[in-house]
Amino acid sequence: MSAPARSKAEPWRDAGLEPYVRIAGVSKRFGDFTAVDEVSLDIYKGEIFCLLGGSGCGKTTLLRMLAGFEQPSAGQLFIDGQDMAGIAPYERPVNMMFQSYALFPHMTVFGNVAFGLQQEGLPKSQIASRVADILDIVRMGEFALRKPHQLSGGQRQRVALARSLVKRPKLLLLDEPLGALDRKLREHTQFELISIQEQLGVTFVVVTHDQEEAMTLASRIGVMNRGKIVQIGTPHQIYEFPATRFVADFIGSVNLFEGQLVEDESDYVRVACPQLPVPVYVDHGVSAAPDASLWVAIRPEKITLERQQPDSRDNWARGVIKDIAYMGDMSIFVVLLPDGREVRVTAANVARKSGETFTWDDEVYLSWDASSPVVGSG
Amino acid sequence: MSRSRTAWVVPTALAFGFAFLYVPILAMVVFSFNNSRLVTVWDAENSPTLKWYGALLHNQQILEAAELSLRIAVLNATGAAVLGTMVGLVLARFGQFRGRTLLSALTTAPLVMPEVITGLSLLLLFVALEQSIGWPAGRGVTTITIAHITFSMSYVAVIVQSRLSGFDDALEEAAMDLGARPLTVFRRITLPLIFPAILSGWLLSFTLSWDDLVISQFVAGPGSTTLPMIIFSKVRLGVTPDINALATLMVLVVALGVIGSTLLLQRQQKRLLRDQQLAAAGD
Amino acid sequence: MGCLKSRGGQRLSGVLARLRQWRPGRGLVIAVPMGWLLLFFLAPFVIDFKISLAQVQVAIPPYTPMFEWVQDKALAIRLHWHNYAFLFTDSLYIRSYIYSLQVAAVSTLFCLLLGYPMAYGIARAEPATRNLLLMLVVLPFWTSFLLRVYAWMGLLRNNGLINNALLSLGLIDTPIQMMQTDFSVYIGIVYSYLPFMILPLYTNLEKHDNTLLEAAADLGARPVTAFLRVTLPLSLPGILAGSLLVFIPVVGEYVIPSLLGRPDQLMIGRVLSDEFFANRDWPVASAVAILMLVFLLLPIMLFQRAQQRNAAGQT
Repeated sequence: MSAPARSKAEPWRDAGLEPYVRIAGVSKRFGDFTAVDEVSLDIYKGEIFCLLGGSGCGKTTLLRMLAGFEQPSAGQLFIDGQDMAGIAPYERPVNMMFQSYALFPHMTVFGNVAFGLQQEGLPKSQIASRVADILDIVRMGEFALRKPHQLSGGQRQRVALARSLVKRPKLLLLDEPLGALDRKLREHTQFELISIQEQLGVTFVVVTHDQEEAMTLASRIGVMNRGKIVQIGTPHQIYEFPATRFVADFIGSVNLFEGQLVEDESDYVRVACPQLPVPVYVDHGVSAAPDASLWVAIRPEKITLERQQPDSRDNWARGVIKDIAYMGDMSIFVVLLPDGREVRVTAANVARKSGETFTWDDEVYLSWDASSPVVGSG
Repeated sequence: MSRSRTAWVVPTALAFGFAFLYVPILAMVVFSFNNSRLVTVWDAENSPTLKWYGALLHNQQILEAAELSLRIAVLNATGAAVLGTMVGLVLARFGQFRGRTLLSALTTAPLVMPEVITGLSLLLLFVALEQSIGWPAGRGVTTITIAHITFSMSYVAVIVQSRLSGFDDALEEAAMDLGARPLTVFRRITLPLIFPAILSGWLLSFTLSWDDLVISQFVAGPGSTTLPMIIFSKVRLGVTPDINALATLMVLVVALGVIGSTLLLQRQQKRLLRDQQLAAAGD
Repeated sequence: MGCLKSRGGQRLSGVLARLRQWRPGRGLVIAVPMGWLLLFFLAPFVIDFKISLAQVQVAIPPYTPMFEWVQDKALAIRLHWHNYAFLFTDSLYIRSYIYSLQVAAVSTLFCLLLGYPMAYGIARAEPATRNLLLMLVVLPFWTSFLLRVYAWMGLLRNNGLINNALLSLGLIDTPIQMMQTDFSVYIGIVYSYLPFMILPLYTNLEKHDNTLLEAAADLGARPVTAFLRVTLPLSLPGILAGSLLVFIPVVGEYVIPSLLGRPDQLMIGRVLSDEFFANRDWPVASAVAILMLVFLLLPIMLFQRAQQRNAAGQT
């Protein structure tokens, strides 16, 4: 789940920089249903921006508005400073890679890729050389004369990518670009997409429901829920510091507890959770009203299992191992707390430093660092 | 096994059903080569003979009617293909718009509407129109063609719509996204994709028109006697051998066409299968 | 940023956007066929209804009958419901309507009983055989309806093939009267409309997933039970579509009863056409048509719903 190391600048931190795509208070209603609800968002040149959310969260509608297939019910869209209202899809400096790939079944690979260039009225020789170049980049050069139904899923995906890139758009929209591929191919293709993006310097907006895909691809992620953007941030920010309970729950697996604020200082807080025997101590402040009801999220990989009761006045719990799932590189333990609440703990299987192995029905203690829990009220 | 107790039903129904469909046609074909004027008595000495085919070729009335029917059928098929394709396109691709339900209702109703009702109503319309605006002047090829287009276009619309809904809308969107204007999208993407459907719609419309008796009878005028009208008036008086010959010729043409297209389809399917195997090897 | 505009400015830019998006092509593609169907399919019924409320003009000169008659009609805008009253008082019409509905219902049932196993057999056949069988069903569909009805005349007549064969085999002494009976009408209709039943049924049955039957068998259902509880319920839309495609047009059928039908009991399509062509009573013919349409309104609406659902299911 780790993003490849990027030495890239973070353009969204540069206050003087104009965003390449500006989405300003955009809503889209279909009858009574609000698919996209007052979304505002800036995307900068060279980014891979992922819109992440479950089905029906509005991410695809937002993408289709950028492409020009849907008109916003309210708000404005700017691409490169230009208002997109009333600009037809075929007049926009944007190309899209469709979830279904939408390869023209009656044309060859060459014909598909050349189609966009033919619309620009380029001379034949130039079209041929540009198509050949892009097909080489996606390693489909030798399949130029095949028809789409003669290609495998992975090959179709690469043709679709080539077709959407051949016009050298400044902005490429990708709708679940890897959704139709099997797992192995998907992992491989993710890195290929990133390298092509860096090679051509295109801005990508990717829609996906797959958080792993978003984590790997994105420079920034916008998490969407019910038509609204709930958090925008780098994959690291989204994973480590989820802004809302929804984000915490949606990204990765997480143990969520409810609690009350008992100590509120600027550099730490203590939260009392009825389900835990001792308070949760967090080494960062929280902006919440005193006595506010809070949620506490702790990732399974940040919890340690031990046999001895930790010598601490907070950040531990006691339970019984109910289930163990062996995953190869790690194991998942399901620990039952006295009040019936289940907690997931993951532990790497590499070094059994303590020499201890846990098994079913063992009584164990769970503990975590003060930096691990995330607390919020939203 | 209880399977054996019911297993006879399907093959028996198939055998009986196909016999039921084809025995009358075969009998008609065989007796078209019979020498006797008594259609159902086989004249073994002088048969088979082609004399009824010869008679047919010299029957001026039938030849003229056939020519008229052919002309109407071609006009109708072309008109119905254009209008029906528009309807199919609108229903499959235009999404929601005011009048969609009405258009869809006006398209499906002609498929089942009894011909006597359609024929009578159209005639009354033509008479009323001529009365009030002077068009169409009298009844003939124009009125018959209009009537035929009105019910044939529904068939084309259904065929085109069902073909289009088999294709992802994203194809047209992709073309637009790549810079093609709506007309270019239609010419380069939609039209090539639905062309087979338009072609079969054209052929079906041709057949429907070529075959139509009831509606033509209502909206035809003096001097516009179509082939089915001649056949009907002859057949009403009894079975005649030259009609057998005519029927045989028509069955022959249709059979050749249908068999040819089926073979073509089969070859395409085989090629598709081969291509899919090729594709599976790609990953 | 200058993207915050006044309300008025926003409205103006919205109007401009709509103007730029206005493409006359789209409207035209809807309007042309819509106009055609409104004029040549819907408007005729209105005129039909209007004329059914008119009075018949008895003395019509044979050469310009329609012209003069309509001119007279155009002047008379009084409503005459007596044409409808007439249909209900003369038992000829009522009996014809009932007979037509009965013939249509029985023929539909026969088509279903024969067509269902055929469609089932075709859908379950090997792909290569399936195409051949399907072609054999479609082939008569493309040949002349009239000629196919005519073909039965050669078989069913008193000196037709069937009687001749039975006579020469010594099975009968005198020809059996088959033509111009209910029997010949049913034969003609089932024969002509069978493909209309088989095709929608086949389309439905062909889509069924074979693993459903395997699952039913796995759960202990015998083939007959599996058919009754899985296949049959799933094929109801096909049964409905096929039955309506047969039933509705058969109610108004004209050619088959004219060539094969009973002389003593007319079907309503024949009555309508006789009123029109033989009696030249256009108002009564119109009233007959309108009343038939009323009877068929419910089945036609059912058919439309089935078609729309079918079209929606395909996308």
